[in-house]
Amino acid sequence: MDGVAGPIVEFRGIVKNYPGTRALDGVSMEITHGSVHGLVGANGAGKSTLGKVLGGATRPDDGRMFVEGRPVKFSGSRDALQHGIARVAQELALVPRLNVMQNVFLGVEPKRRGLVLRRKMRQLYDDLVGEYGFALSPYLEVGRMRLADQQKVEILRAVNRKARLIIMDEPTSSLTKDEVITLHEMIRHLNGKGTTVIYVSHFLDEVLAIADTVTVMRNGQVVRTSKATEETPASLVGGMFGCEAATECFDEKSAVTVETVVLEATDLCREKVVRNVSLAIRSGEIVGLAGLVGSGRSEVARAICGVDAIDGGTIKVDGVEQNFRFPRDAFRAGVAFVPESRKQDGLCMQLSLRENTTLPHLWSGIVSRAGVVQIRSERSKVESLLKSLSVEPPRPELTVESLSGGNQQKVVFGKCLFRQPRVLILDEPTRGVDVDSRANIHRLIQGLARQGVAILLISSDIEEVLGLSHRVLVMRGGEVVREFPADPSMGDVMNACFGLATSERECET
Amino acid sequence: MRDMRPPKTESTAEAVAVPVRSRLSLRRIEARHVRDYGIIAVTAVVFIALSLASSAFFSVGNLFNILYQNAPLAIMACATTLVVVAGNFDLSVGAMYAVAAISAAEMAVRLGPLAGILFGIVVGGFTGLINGLVVTRLRVNAFLATLATSLAFRGFAIAVTNGFLVEVRDPGFTGLGRDKIGPVPVSVIIAVVVILILQFVLSRTVFGRYIYAVGGNPGAASISGVRVSTIVLATFVIGGFAAGLAGVIDASSVASGDAQGGQAFALTAVAAVALGGTSIYGGIGSVWRTCIGVALFALITNGFNLLGVNPYYQDIAKGLLIIFAVALGAMVERREGR
Ligand SMILES: Nc1ncnc2c1ncn2[C@@H]1O[C@H](COP(=O)(O)OP(=O)(O)OP(=O)(O)O)[C@@H](O)[C@H]1O
Ligand SMILES: [Mg+2]
Repeated sequence: MDGVAGPIVEFRGIVKNYPGTRALDGVSMEITHGSVHGLVGANGAGKSTLGKVLGGATRPDDGRMFVEGRPVKFSGSRDALQHGIARVAQELALVPRLNVMQNVFLGVEPKRRGLVLRRKMRQLYDDLVGEYGFALSPYLEVGRMRLADQQKVEILRAVNRKARLIIMDEPTSSLTKDEVITLHEMIRHLNGKGTTVIYVSHFLDEVLAIADTVTVMRNGQVVRTSKATEETPASLVGGMFGCEAATECFDEKSAVTVETVVLEATDLCREKVVRNVSLAIRSGEIVGLAGLVGSGRSEVARAICGVDAIDGGTIKVDGVEQNFRFPRDAFRAGVAFVPESRKQDGLCMQLSLRENTTLPHLWSGIVSRAGVVQIRSERSKVESLLKSLSVEPPRPELTVESLSGGNQQKVVFGKCLFRQPRVLILDEPTRGVDVDSRANIHRLIQGLARQGVAILLISSDIEEVLGLSHRVLVMRGGEVVREFPADPSMGDVMNACFGLATSERECET
Repeated sequence: MRDMRPPKTESTAEAVAVPVRSRLSLRRIEARHVRDYGIIAVTAVVFIALSLASSAFFSVGNLFNILYQNAPLAIMACATTLVVVAGNFDLSVGAMYAVAAISAAEMAVRLGPLAGILFGIVVGGFTGLINGLVVTRLRVNAFLATLATSLAFRGFAIAVTNGFLVEVRDPGFTGLGRDKIGPVPVSVIIAVVVILILQFVLSRTVFGRYIYAVGGNPGAASISGVRVSTIVLATFVIGGFAAGLAGVIDASSVASGDAQGGQAFALTAVAAVALGGTSIYGGIGSVWRTCIGVALFALITNGFNLLGVNPYYQDIAKGLLIIFAVALGAMVERREGR
């Protein structure tokens, strides 16, 4: 540690305008050397934008920025990196065709005379993983990895840059509890070596656990900066929304009264990732699927929805056997799917909210007649849906890429609600969504269940699974290993996830 | 609770206790406006400038002449827009055009003018189908696939005709390209109808929406229930039909099919699409934009001819325009920090 007293970064009056919005409206704050600085705020508060400004990904329209007292103007991420600032983006930015190691060393490959030293690189990679954790196999192609693993690659890449300051924009949005713990150990380790970390998250407990200082943002401005010990989740929420909003609490679960099974999957198999999975969901029932990342949860969802082909097994909807060869077949049978990666599978970023929302429903004739889209009725229907989801701003004609991450997620969720499905498969439905909107989405999910929709819920946030589900299935190694009735204790579920004593950490291939 | 946000104000100086996001004036001209509408302004400026510079330019005769000369290009470029918006590329329009032209002429000689015209168009659609199948079934990158098929198509056309023109003197055949209704050439009317249909299909129909989605993010489109390869295939077939129609119109107006015809179109069609502002990465663009791209090219050609400028300068001017338009788009993307 340099032992410098002053702040490592200081913002003074930073302004960033986007067409129609002021994302940052005079932000002034200091980041103390060697601290973990939490950054919280509702969806669209400007957290990512501030991170992009500091990381050199975008230029502020006004205001000044100092790094160790010296004024800086970054022309790009490379420039910021040269000043020792690295960023883990919220919407991950890896090269999908390259493998883990190549991504981690992208641009900083060990070289001699222009040739990459592969063996040296491998050794450095092993050292890196050995020192910080996240043991990912170096030769996996990143584009084929699950979101959580991609997130870990991003983190490793930032750490490997030997940056003095790392901005982590929602690094844990798709990580499970155990991985969050690994990440926090990593942060403390970095911190011990003098690295400063800016930690953006909607998991307020997590922020308070890891951060020394917390800044609350609202509407592009700083509400306050205080010591983490002086804040509670409730006080942060108060600052974020400007009033006492409810913190996490779940409505009482509705009883499942009907016995009719809506979705029934029997002996589903897919390569080695899904092994003889059987499950049945009744009308109005929410079934949670718990498990570590890599346990096959998402794969089950994708197999049911016809995204990935199955090698064996049957799927019945309302008692009728189905053969879903494409997602389209599933959609038409009333099975709607919220995929986990909004950037990869969820949204067409350059299309408008309106076009994205109705995309899966154009065939059904709600907003089209004789193959022609009824744009006016489409617009008004989408607008009311966006409002009920508290998408901010609820303007159907905006492009999705101009929304903040959490608001994009609400649109992905909205796509499935535009027309009520029979079966709803949710893979991380609230990834990156703020506390208030999360509670809103939870109410919507429960409302759907009350109307008789059969729901399969996957989430890396175990509280979400336990809080909503009528039954919890635990998966490990591609199999359903246990079933719990409503409201099991978190300890029991976690133990089942890990499989008693032997903790099968994934990624050992 | 979002409703508790205080009313918007323009002043932010005092608003410390309760942060307020001020709205920007939307009237300010921004870089992206230049990108989206600059091409229209440029076209208008060129039009006015030519009207002032050359007395021959702004006359009914000359304006119809411009439309007449560019009707085949406009048809092809507008159809290619669908291919490009769906995230692909078509370099074979010129070759499909030539195949259609000689097919129409050969058939017209044998079975009569109407059969020739219809056959030419259908052959165009068939070549488009081949392109589409190579791209969707064999999964060959569209750029390379259409480069390859364009070689094959043109080779085929030359082989069939031995490189000779196929002449058709029948007025039933030449009428398509030469007749007029009042002052308006029939081919211009056909082009306008085709363009309006394509504009409608892309902007208003479910199929058009799928084209944008497939070009924007094929993965998300597929998960949303769109059959990606069917959509891609359909755009290539439409491109083929359009090239076929254009080839037939041209064969008709020169009363012969030429296996070497349409060489210049391969690139001009795609260039007009890009000049109009349609993204060559897919997902963004429109048919009317392409029309403006075609119009700008047409004005430059016509104007330079009227002013007696060396044709080489035309190509230089067109090349620079494309670079300028595409670079402007890229610059705006960067400034907006994506
Ligand atoms: N490229 C863009 N174009 C237009 N508006 C944008 C763009 N990027 C961000 N915005 C707007 O700027 C505001 C702040 O967005 P930002 O992504 O910083 O929010 P955030 O605090 O990170 O939210 P979240 O928790 O949802 O990730 C939002 O209103 C958003 O709509
Ligand atoms: Mg964000």
